[in-house]
Amino acid sequence: MKSHVLRPLWVVLVVIGLILVARYFVVPPDFGIYERGFMYGFHRKSNEKEWEAFKVKYRTKTYCKDCHPDKYESNMSSKHHVIQCENCHGPAIDHPENPPKLTINRKRSLCIRCHAYLPYPTSQRAKIKGIDPKEHNPGMECVTCHNPHKPDMEGW
Amino acid sequence: MRQTRREFLKTITRGAIATALPIGAFKFLSPREARAAVASSNVRWGFLVDTYKCVGCGFCVKACKLENEVPYDAPVTRTWVERYVILKNGRMLADTPMGARDGFTDPKVQEQEVNPRDIAKAFFVPKLCNQCENPPCVQVCPVGATYQRADGVVLVDRSWCIGCGYCIMACPYGVRFFHPIYHTAEKCTFCIHRLVKGMNTACVDACPFGARKVGNLKDPNDPVTQVILNQRVAVLKPEYGTKPQAFYIGLDENVR
Repeated sequence: MKSHVLRPLWVVLVVIGLILVARYFVVPPDFGIYERGFMYGFHRKSNEKEWEAFKVKYRTKTYCKDCHPDKYESNMSSKHHVIQCENCHGPAIDHPENPPKLTINRKRSLCIRCHAYLPYPTSQRAKIKGIDPKEHNPGMECVTCHNPHKPDMEGW
Repeated sequence: MRQTRREFLKTITRGAIATALPIGAFKFLSPREARAAVASSNVRWGFLVDTYKCVGCGFCVKACKLENEVPYDAPVTRTWVERYVILKNGRMLADTPMGARDGFTDPKVQEQEVNPRDIAKAFFVPKLCNQCENPPCVQVCPVGATYQRADGVVLVDRSWCIGCGYCIMACPYGVRFFHPIYHTAEKCTFCIHRLVKGMNTACVDACPFGARKVGNLKDPNDPVTQVILNQRVAVLKPEYGTKPQAFYIGLDENVR
């Protein structure tokens, strides 16, 4: 015990002890190995719940159809039935409480995402009816002539 | 027994430290404990992309950014769409302007005019986190901030991430990035907040053409599992041994 050789050993042990005490207070109690083992599953379990509680913003057509049945029906009977309302109207979030009004994107740039013609074989893109945005009434909003809910019917 | 003051004080100090150490602090991870914690799950989320159906509209990217609060105008995104144009002379052009957030509307690729007659094949490839069975990004995390859930989804604990960036380097698919606001590693979560509520991911819902699908790979009757079992599908970079769980129909050798 009196040996000067052993003295550093006590210092090391005390340091290790202090680290363990600090670790006990710093590491959350639910931190551990879970289903995917030590290599992939070493984490704080409550973080999974935190991610699951993330706010859903895109509510899909099922959320829109009860209050806007006319728009829903007219859209569902057209070729544009594959497009979600929220793709153009923006995420519903908690509409009508928050936001009370959705901002409709009427911009040309929205339509030409699909309808700017690109001559691509082996892609569905070439099969969509497309225009050259530089030639086809440049500067005008598509909705001036085309009904986005029911594009089969020309005009409004 | 004679005892000096010095010895007495030493013994007292040592004793106090020993009692102050809680037993729990000594708990380390033994391999047996680790194995016992490994329980099986009956859900394994997987993804299916049909590159024939994708038209490059980019609605998936827009929906993902707004749904998951990824800064809209920052040049980062959890999912993106790549355009590949392979010319008849064998040259390949590829681009993804702003991750295709606003879709592909310009026939120019990499700011080059392309004569439609020179195109041998051209297509769009949506990309997102593969939720690998052996995620290399998780292995390299020095603090246990990124992890894989029982259902295969790899997540990042923002409160625990130190922002070292090892995982961003380790991902062979480049799906991780720094979140410009939280300054932590950020990645696709497979919209786990939607999946647990019985919904689809935001990108799957936003896709008008059904080019993206998400499904439970442990359910043999799931439409996605059916396609993976019965059709010709491929994964990205299988040579890395990461066992990616996003499957692609119509994948080309030029796609990297």
